[in-house]
Amino acid sequence: MDDAIHLTYIISPDDFTRAGEASSDVKKKLKQLGISPEAVRKTAIAMYEGEINMVIHAKGGQIDVDITPEKIIMVLDDVGPGIPDVELAMQAGYSTAPDEVRSLGFGAGMGLPNMKKYTDEMDIQTQIGVGTKITMVVKI
Amino acid sequence: MFTVDQLIHSGLFTLVNEGEDTQREITVPFCCDLLSMAMGKAPAGCAWVTVMGNMNTLAVASLTDAACVILAEGCSLDEAAQAKAKVQGITVLKTQLPIFAAALAIHQQLSEASL
Repeated sequence: MDDAIHLTYIISPDDFTRAGEASSDVKKKLKQLGISPEAVRKTAIAMYEGEINMVIHAKGGQIDVDITPEKIIMVLDDVGPGIPDVELAMQAGYSTAPDEVRSLGFGAGMGLPNMKKYTDEMDIQTQIGVGTKITMVVKI
Repeated sequence: MFTVDQLIHSGLFTLVNEGEDTQREITVPFCCDLLSMAMGKAPAGCAWVTVMGNMNTLAVASLTDAACVILAEGCSLDEAAQAKAKVQGITVLKTQLPIFAAALAIHQQLSEASL
């Protein structure tokens, strides 16, 4: 893993004006590294969805990104409420987002399905009252 | 091929912010006001027509790799969003036209350019 690049971002809770800054930074760095546009786009979309989820549901958290010659690994870790029913949450259109979030154009229940759609691997570890850890991999 | 620069100078829309890569090709018009949906569906290189002119629209446009954003129905960006468009280098245009009419006008430009 000598060639790996490690990035860490702290996501602020309830700050919609800053949501996307971490994903934009990763996108910029991946472009600078000459990663293919498709892998950059997939990573940016999946990470942004995760970032928005952390702002809406989890009172912020931490995102760690590892870039190796073969893949991009994103680990999103929060100490939020946890996801009671992962299978239900993975269904497109299912959402528990409040109205104020919906009025911004989010909260349509597309976040987790989009994250799965744009990544090659996705794993969700969640515990009620403890938090959620989502690992996503995009192959380069 | 029809570029962002050609759309800016087509006279169809009013320029709100000129972005960085204006020589880039517009692939297709795309209409959506739900950011969650646009995040999953906006094609790379699209001209995204929407009435949502907030900060998050710009983040979604940037992350989905849209070529430019067209705000329809007389919508515009607030001051903070305008500053963000400048920093992120995103081309934003606006029009009084409804969403469908704006997207149709872009489609016609793309069709003529491909003849």
